Amino acid sequence: MNQTVAQPAQPVKLDERVTRKSPLRRLLGRPEIGALIGALALFVFFGLTADTFLTANAFSTILYASSTFGIMAVSVSLLMIGGEFDLSAGVMVTTSALVASMFSYQFSLNIWVGVAVSLAVTLALGFVNGLLYVKTGLPSFIVTLGTFFMLAGANLGVTKAISDNVATPSISDMSGFSAAKQVFASDLTLFGIQVKITVLWWLAMVAVATWLLLRTRAGNWVFAVGGSAPSARAVGVPVAKTKIALFMGVAFTAWFSGMHLLFAFDSVQSGEGVGNEFFYIICAVIGGCLLTGGYGSAIGAAIGAFIFGMTNKGIVYAEWNPDWFKFFLGAMLLIATVVNLVVRRRAEVSE
Amino acid sequence: MKRFATGGLAAVALVGVLALSSCSSSGGKEAAEEESKTAAGGGPRLKIAMVTHSAQGDTFWDIVQKGAKAAAAKDNVDFLYSADPEGGKQAQLVQAAIDQKVDGIIVTLAKPEALKDVLKKATDAKIPVVTINSGAAQSAEYGALVHFGQDETVAGEAAGEEFNKLGAKKAVCVIHEQGNVGLEDRCAGAKKTFKGQMENLFVQGSNMPQVKSSITAKLQAAKDTDAILTLGAPFAATAVDSAKEVGSSAKVATFDMNKQLITALKDGSIQFAVDQQPYLQGYGAVDELWLYKTNGNVIGGGRPVLTGPAIVTKDTADAIAPFADRGTR
Repeated sequence: MNQTVAQPAQPVKLDERVTRKSPLRRLLGRPEIGALIGALALFVFFGLTADTFLTANAFSTILYASSTFGIMAVSVSLLMIGGEFDLSAGVMVTTSALVASMFSYQFSLNIWVGVAVSLAVTLALGFVNGLLYVKTGLPSFIVTLGTFFMLAGANLGVTKAISDNVATPSISDMSGFSAAKQVFASDLTLFGIQVKITVLWWLAMVAVATWLLLRTRAGNWVFAVGGSAPSARAVGVPVAKTKIALFMGVAFTAWFSGMHLLFAFDSVQSGEGVGNEFFYIICAVIGGCLLTGGYGSAIGAAIGAFIFGMTNKGIVYAEWNPDWFKFFLGAMLLIATVVNLVVRRRAEVSE
Repeated sequence: MKRFATGGLAAVALVGVLALSSCSSSGGKEAAEEESKTAAGGGPRLKIAMVTHSAQGDTFWDIVQKGAKAAAAKDNVDFLYSADPEGGKQAQLVQAAIDQKVDGIIVTLAKPEALKDVLKKATDAKIPVVTINSGAAQSAEYGALVHFGQDETVAGEAAGEEFNKLGAKKAVCVIHEQGNVGLEDRCAGAKKTFKGQMENLFVQGSNMPQVKSSITAKLQAAKDTDAILTLGAPFAATAVDSAKEVGSSAKVATFDMNKQLITALKDGSIQFAVDQQPYLQGYGAVDELWLYKTNGNVIGGGRPVLTGPAIVTKDTADAIAPFADRGTR
């Protein structure tokens, strides 16, 4: 790491972990910097190849696409830093939307009651995920794989049992809908650009998560339990509580994404959401989170989501042959991640 | 197989948990069960299995099942349903139906090759087979009595013609499942008859916000687009939203049908819907097997029976509104 072999005669040698590094080096040592450079490279690339890519409207579309991945990637990255996976995250979004929609509809209640009930149910699901993990000691991969299948089944089963259809009826004419739509799925005009409100929520969540990670004791716990749970426990970190809280954090963003899904499209397809959990994990990993835990950042995951959203939509803007869409997507992601890796290695070497 | 069976059990358990926590399911669930119990048909009780390539929770296949169940209730048939999007697993499910010694098998041939051998086993075991939805070309060759479905290319051609009538010049065909032959055929058919230019766009069908932003992006990139063809009803509403957002005047049309679509057809935000009448596919297949078993009849004389395309427009939307409303159209 930071070996200062050139100055052996220094009288009081500070531990390398507490020495002040130059601002540039500290910047390069951050987990998200590689992703940022990858994102810039992709941005320039698409800017050159796609005519409409550099317009304000295109940027707002890309930000919207990024935000719908990004909101989930915030909590998923925290969970991954804490050393765990949540494979039920994708379908949990659908579950939360279904609960809010069906609860309000079946009882003809104000939409906000459904929204609140959905929050409670979704947080409970996150709690169950966390509790199952803590109590059984099984890998979270297995635990949440189980809950993933269960939720996917329940989404369909309950929806069909209640409404006899696989999609919920539209709730757009119910009281409270327009207010809720304002909160979860409205358009705002900022500096002359139409911006989806999810973009602002996303940025706010990234800010809160970053503050939490870097400035609070709970943030230290997250890094500690992800780095080594036994060591963390040995120094008094409440490992079980931290992990359960992280699963509930994923549930919270799943609830939020579910509310966006519901109020943006007013009817929910019960089969939706399968497979999205991997995209959240991908965003976090592109953004510098390690699959093994203990390292990563919320900002990185946000940049990862931005890369993913940009690639996803950039290919459409570039009007490449759609048959090759997934190939291009994979290639772009690989390039972004390799740039990320190269930058990080350089940063480590230059220290 | 086993894994799925246990997953199903677990799901049932969770259904219970969720039902309790949301306090709302009892009425609807009981009603649904009551419905499936009512059997009032003539002849001996038959057991008919339907095995499709449906993904979970697809509106379309839900309507197919409703049609099949309606016919089953009328014909005194014990109706079994299973599905798997993967060809190999679908074949295993057909094998399971053969093992159960069912009186008839209804199957979709989305991946014909994967099902060829197992259908041979079915015909060897003297179990009559009816194919639905996809596989018109292979149906007779694999020994099926008859095929109920829509020729996707023909349906696509009809959509292309409709766009010509609307005077569209540049169209986008939105494919929500990459590599699905049926969807590709629809777009190819539409492209064939459409006098203007038509391009395909791939979207991730399981993620509605992504569908929306992709269509938005496409409309921003190709500003002269004046027609959008979606291949599933839920995506049409999203395409309308995208067009509104971009300020595009592109006309939206779609394949398949649902309740919300009727409203959209009436208010003119969606121009037309190409309905392949899934209810008819399910109903017809069960009825055919019953007719064959009780009277040796073959509907259509062994030729594929077309259930679509039925074009629904503003003028005809009212007539089918009540049926779409209860989720059978």
